[in-house]
Amino acid sequence: MADLVIETQELTKRYGDFTAVDRLDLKVRSGEVFGLLGPNGSGKTTTILMLLGLTEPTAGRVQVLGFDPARQPLSVKSRVGYMPDSIGFYDELTARENLIYIAKLNGIPRKEAYRRIDQALERVGLGDVAERPVRTFSRGMRQRLGVADVLIKEPELIIMDEPTQGLDPAGAREFLELIQGLKEERISILLASHLLHQVQAVCDRVGLFRSGKMFVEGTVPELARQVLGGAYRIQVHVVRPDEAIQQALGRLPGVLRVTPRDGTGYEMETREDIRPQVAQAVVGAGGELLTLEIEQPSLDEIYARYFQQAEEEVEHVPA
Amino acid sequence: MSQLEAGMVRSGMAAPQAQGKEGSPWTGLWAVVGKEMADHLTSIRMLILELLVVLTAAGTVYAALQTLRSTVGQDRFLFLRLFTTAREPLPAFVGFLGLLVPLIAIALAFDSVNGEFNRRTLSRVLAQPIYRDALLMGKFLASFFTLALVLTVIWLLIIGMGVIGLGLPPGGEEVGRMLWFLVATIFYGGIWLAVALLFSILFRQPATAALGSIAVWLFFTIFWGILAQLLARTLRPIRYGFVEEVLAQARLELALSRISPNTLYTEATIGLLSPSVRSFGIILPEQLQGILLGTPLPLTQSLLLIWPQLTGLIAATLLLFALGYVLFQRQEIRA
Ligand SMILES: Nc1ncnc2c1ncn2[C@@H]1O[C@H](COP(=O)(O)OP(=O)(O)O)[C@@H](O)[C@H]1O
Ligand SMILES: [Mg+2]
Repeated sequence: MADLVIETQELTKRYGDFTAVDRLDLKVRSGEVFGLLGPNGSGKTTTILMLLGLTEPTAGRVQVLGFDPARQPLSVKSRVGYMPDSIGFYDELTARENLIYIAKLNGIPRKEAYRRIDQALERVGLGDVAERPVRTFSRGMRQRLGVADVLIKEPELIIMDEPTQGLDPAGAREFLELIQGLKEERISILLASHLLHQVQAVCDRVGLFRSGKMFVEGTVPELARQVLGGAYRIQVHVVRPDEAIQQALGRLPGVLRVTPRDGTGYEMETREDIRPQVAQAVVGAGGELLTLEIEQPSLDEIYARYFQQAEEEVEHVPA
Repeated sequence: MSQLEAGMVRSGMAAPQAQGKEGSPWTGLWAVVGKEMADHLTSIRMLILELLVVLTAAGTVYAALQTLRSTVGQDRFLFLRLFTTAREPLPAFVGFLGLLVPLIAIALAFDSVNGEFNRRTLSRVLAQPIYRDALLMGKFLASFFTLALVLTVIWLLIIGMGVIGLGLPPGGEEVGRMLWFLVATIFYGGIWLAVALLFSILFRQPATAALGSIAVWLFFTIFWGILAQLLARTLRPIRYGFVEEVLAQARLELALSRISPNTLYTEATIGLLSPSVRSFGIILPEQLQGILLGTPLPLTQSLLLIWPQLTGLIAATLLLFALGYVLFQRQEIRA
């Protein structure tokens, strides 16, 4: 089994009567990108603050890279890079000066610090504007400077809170490419976000979070199977949909559902990619196949469906 | 070795400190001090204040020189008079200092913590391997050193003007007194630094913190004296006109007025810069016997006289800082 970079047991944070994080068991493996996904106010930031020892847990245990953040915060913070949500810099200082301060706080020797700073700025594409005051930076540039800031300490684990918030689609895509690059270096990443569709592509595993609880976790296809009941969705377009075709499709193995689509074909939910069988079935039932498309369900859909189910269950609980 | 310690050594943990946390609470302190001082020294805010102080010093000391030139040779403490001589319409430089030092101190510190909140840099900085202790202490020390630097420069400037204007160097005793006066002034600033720092922790809006600090300062400068008088009259009323009653009231008023850092600073200044002052209290005729009024005290005696005031200033600074420290430790750092 891969070693864990983050492990929490029954981690709980209460503010007065309000429970922000509720008995959370979170495990992040070395080298993976884990997405902590949930709506605003679900307790993601609170969880992260506890992971870094920036706020004290009310109960439960935390281990980050084998250290206890409450007792050994310096060991944790010198190995973990943290990008807070709505990250801020000293506007009147240049990008380089901002990073020099961080390097000093980390006690990195001057020469080594300068080397790392140059490297990090180059890496995030800010090499040319290193001497400009951060005041002049766009949101996207700030976000990339945030990554450079985190890279200075050559972290084993990076924790990012809402990293794509406020970025335009192009900026977000660029940013996710940057994360992809870090992942290839085997840096473990924990990414908290409420923008599911943006982070779906880079996460190895995700955990769905709401009201301080993590309801489900796993890879996106796993979640799809768990929540939607099927991982694949196949769109079938035929010339003349009829009863015979629909029945033939319904008899295929691994089919969960066949829904007619406004007179042009069917939408199928299946456990496997069974497009060849679908094609055969259509032809076998005397139909004429036009197109056959497969799409993976998006996290948004899983999420919406999951919480819809959860709410329905709550409503059906007898009073 | 207790069981607990043994367990920790076995599991390879660092030996815990008093709070049970690893490492020194001051890790990274000097990085913070360096950065904050650089900020202060390059800020426009400080430039304006420095200009203001230099102009005030030059104006008042020049005016004092006009008066003092005629007395060269008659006065042993000519250099001390540079600070205390007023010439209409200008007050003496010490009078201005009582006003300017709090202003500089408040300007240095009113946005130190809430400024980091508002720029959203606090969580990023505290995510580095340092404790909050180092950040707060670093900010305080940087402001304190900046204040000390500014005041020392002004102090040297005034002495320089004195040497040129009076045509003679200060004596050893004078230098000693002026040095202690500088120390007292710096610590008087320390109090206002601590007040402003405390408000910068309490209030998220820098403007609120600045106004709060200025309000406290105004309260002590203007209202506390009146309030002390009123309180003394109420608590120790003079019913029959006995001397004891009058004395008790005066003593209480004096004690109350000493709660104000302004009183402490004024008394320290007087004790240091006017060597003939032997007491701040009420002097009874019998105490005066055998004392030649007007003979200057040696520096050590003057120091003894103002020692309570000086330690009071330092103690108040420490107390206020400690209060801010406790509040900052408990504060949620999320923006
Ligand atoms: N200092 C606090 N006092 C009381 N409630 C808080 C405090 N900080 C956060 N909360 C509450 O905790 C919940 C979780 O917040 P947060 O962790 O920021 O969520 P997320 O990051 O997922 O948006 C929110 O409902 C928030 O209102
Ligand atoms: Mg959040």
